[in-house]
Amino acid sequence: MAAPLLEIRDLSVDFHTAQGNLHAVRNVSWHLDRGETLAILGESGSGKSVSASAIMNLIDCPPGRIASGEILFEGRDLLKMSGEERRRINGKRIAMIFQDPLSHLNPVYTVGFQIAEMMTAHGLPKAEARARTLELLERVGIPDFRTRIDAYPHQFSGGQRQRLMIAMALALKPDILIADEPTTALDVTVQAQILALLEELQNETGMGLLLITHDLGVVAEVADRVVVMNSGQIVETGSAAEVYRSPHHPYTKKLIAAVPGTGAMADPLKTGVEVLLDVKGFSKHYGDFVALDGATLSVLSGETVAIVGESGSGKSTLARALLRLTEPTSGEACFGGRDLVTIPPKELFALRREIQMVFQDPSQSLNPRMTVFEIVAEAFAIHPEILPRAQWKDRVCELLEQVGLDASHMRRYPHQFSGGQRQRIAIARALALQPKLIICDEAVSALDVSIQAQVIALLRSLQDALGLSYLFIAHDLPLVRDFAHRVVVMQGGRIVEQGPVARIFDAPREAYTRNLIAASLSPDPEIQAARRAGRRLHAEAGR
Amino acid sequence: MAVAETGAPIPEPPHPALQILRMLWRDKFAFAATLFLLVVIFCAIFGPMLFEDVATRQNLRGRNAAPFDFSKDWSFWLGGDALGRPLLARIIVAAQNTITVAAGAVACSLAIGTALGLVAGYTSRGLSQVIMRLADVIMSFPSLLLAVIVLYMLEPSVGNLIIVLAITRIPVYLRTSRAEVLEVRERMFVQAAQVMGASTGRIVFRHILPVVFPTLITIATLDFAVVMLAESSLSFLGIGIQPPEITWGLMVSQGRPYLTSAWWLSFWPGLAIILTTLSLNLLSNWMRTALDPVQRWRLETRRES
Repeated sequence: MAAPLLEIRDLSVDFHTAQGNLHAVRNVSWHLDRGETLAILGESGSGKSVSASAIMNLIDCPPGRIASGEILFEGRDLLKMSGEERRRINGKRIAMIFQDPLSHLNPVYTVGFQIAEMMTAHGLPKAEARARTLELLERVGIPDFRTRIDAYPHQFSGGQRQRLMIAMALALKPDILIADEPTTALDVTVQAQILALLEELQNETGMGLLLITHDLGVVAEVADRVVVMNSGQIVETGSAAEVYRSPHHPYTKKLIAAVPGTGAMADPLKTGVEVLLDVKGFSKHYGDFVALDGATLSVLSGETVAIVGESGSGKSTLARALLRLTEPTSGEACFGGRDLVTIPPKELFALRREIQMVFQDPSQSLNPRMTVFEIVAEAFAIHPEILPRAQWKDRVCELLEQVGLDASHMRRYPHQFSGGQRQRIAIARALALQPKLIICDEAVSALDVSIQAQVIALLRSLQDALGLSYLFIAHDLPLVRDFAHRVVVMQGGRIVEQGPVARIFDAPREAYTRNLIAASLSPDPEIQAARRAGRRLHAEAGR
Repeated sequence: MAVAETGAPIPEPPHPALQILRMLWRDKFAFAATLFLLVVIFCAIFGPMLFEDVATRQNLRGRNAAPFDFSKDWSFWLGGDALGRPLLARIIVAAQNTITVAAGAVACSLAIGTALGLVAGYTSRGLSQVIMRLADVIMSFPSLLLAVIVLYMLEPSVGNLIIVLAITRIPVYLRTSRAEVLEVRERMFVQAAQVMGASTGRIVFRHILPVVFPTLITIATLDFAVVMLAESSLSFLGIGIQPPEITWGLMVSQGRPYLTSAWWLSFWPGLAIILTTLSLNLLSNWMRTALDPVQRWRLETRRES
């Protein structure tokens, strides 16, 4: 058998940090063949991106150091090559696309120039490069590509930008495409399109695709083989179906078990429960742009209402308007008999206690210069009627333990905690005011799957213990399916459908909801394969 | 990548003062700078009281005496000036005026500039516009000219000098703090405080100012040197500090005619200015790290070579 296209043997990479030597990856070996898709699956900090960075010569040395191993590309060790030789391979033979296309496109050049530059840098004449750029833009599906070639990156949507990145990567017909979390920042429907595009392009060119991801659904959709990584080591390798069906390593088992969207759906609450929040005709206009158009919904006491929709659907605007972080243009929102929109400032201050918010990214929503104690106790400082100062410490201890943190850590600063722990601190802060309603704006979408499951379990247990209501804003449908009592689907600032969770998932009425559900990926490769086949059949029938 | 994901146990912190001393000891440059500044402050407070007589007594045999002549009295070790007054003693005495003017002007402009910047950054557009245009007026007017006019009308005293120098430096702090406030106020933790019902004062002083402050302190220490030199140029023009009062800047300009024959007249006071600013810079560098909880570990762990 011929040598594989790319092979990594026994690679170890260390990073020097203040805490000593950190082994980012240890003795990692895998290989990639022509025309094959290999997925490297792992959570944050597992070292899944490090080997790809080593291939592209992107590791900063120091603090990084390649301790051992070899990277064989067509039988030659990349690590022994000169910088000049590697530059000739990078981009031309091995190309890479990244998670956030906006930060990897230069905002001051037109996209046409940037794609062509890729080719002129490797010695193609300008006119030829431009012709090829047009070809590529057409191929990756940019509409009006003949005029759009001279547009700037900010004039494209997120999905289109990722298409541009793909066009740039494919400009020189590379043998290998490395995709580092290529769809993580995108909406589900766009994600499905990008993955389909990658697959088509692979079939056309026969390149090897190395996909780095944390998402089992993405693995199931495109990968032939999968490498599972945990804390710098490979714990399991195999075909995607094999690993999903019969995982051997406990970590893989845990990972697969943590994937949401498989449990039983919640029944709707019984009738006769008090209505906590009643929103009628809520609208928000920015000039001529309608961000939110006549939203009407209600939240019962002790209920979880999920708001789902893609980016730009107005779900965050709704949350911000409810909290009066932005002023709604029209509409009313009755909370406990008082209208949130017209309430005088003094009563609004009192009402702040009853509606709290947990933000998306806990590393940004906690003040980095305050200790955990100061962060949680600030609630008491702002609302001194809750608790006399002497009891602050005891109460903070109690709250931290309630959210599953060690109370002795309250003198620490937020950066000393992991992402999941930080979100627990944010939840403790929200609970300090003893609210009735907590608005969670993508509260778990920045977290790893297994941490996500823990935080959701925490939210659920708090709901049982304290009778809280949640307004849970998310784009991740499987998560919503497991957690919510009722679901509100939004699109372009309008509510298109709402109802009990079982009704929405089992019998969606609107085409948009159906698309959304169909586009979300199942972690089971067989289900995804069946869905893919179905789509293909559908497409051919339509032709 | 988060640094302390592992969550290694952190021992209860010792007494704050001890902790600060320990962090200062870790950064040897900052430690030396602190010692030097303490000496300067000591000179500024007690210098005139102790050495006023020595510094003003003329000794015509010691005119432009060369430095490092250890057979003479200690006050002449750095040489003598054009009138035969001992340089070392004069530098010690001059510390008071110099530090008073520089520290006063920097502190005033820092306080006023930051306050206006916070207001401009966090209130309505209208008020912000008024403040910013005022800053533009000050900035577009040559600062030395402004100082000349004001000091020509007012009496050239230490107090007036501080006021004039402070006014000319206000826009620097104002613009910086406003720009930073505009950025920080959009951060998520400020919104989180708003959701909890925090008052404007609380948000500004508890959440925004601590983030903005290190930048301003760094600018202030750099400004220290600028103000010292501005004061010396005013003194040179004859509208700053008037002899027989002395400052380091004035000493530099008094030594200028003798630069070719007696370099030490300007050199020593110049060195005092340089060392003071350098020390302040080193200290502010250390402070920026020490004040930031995310960076503080650099001073708490032993440095690896």
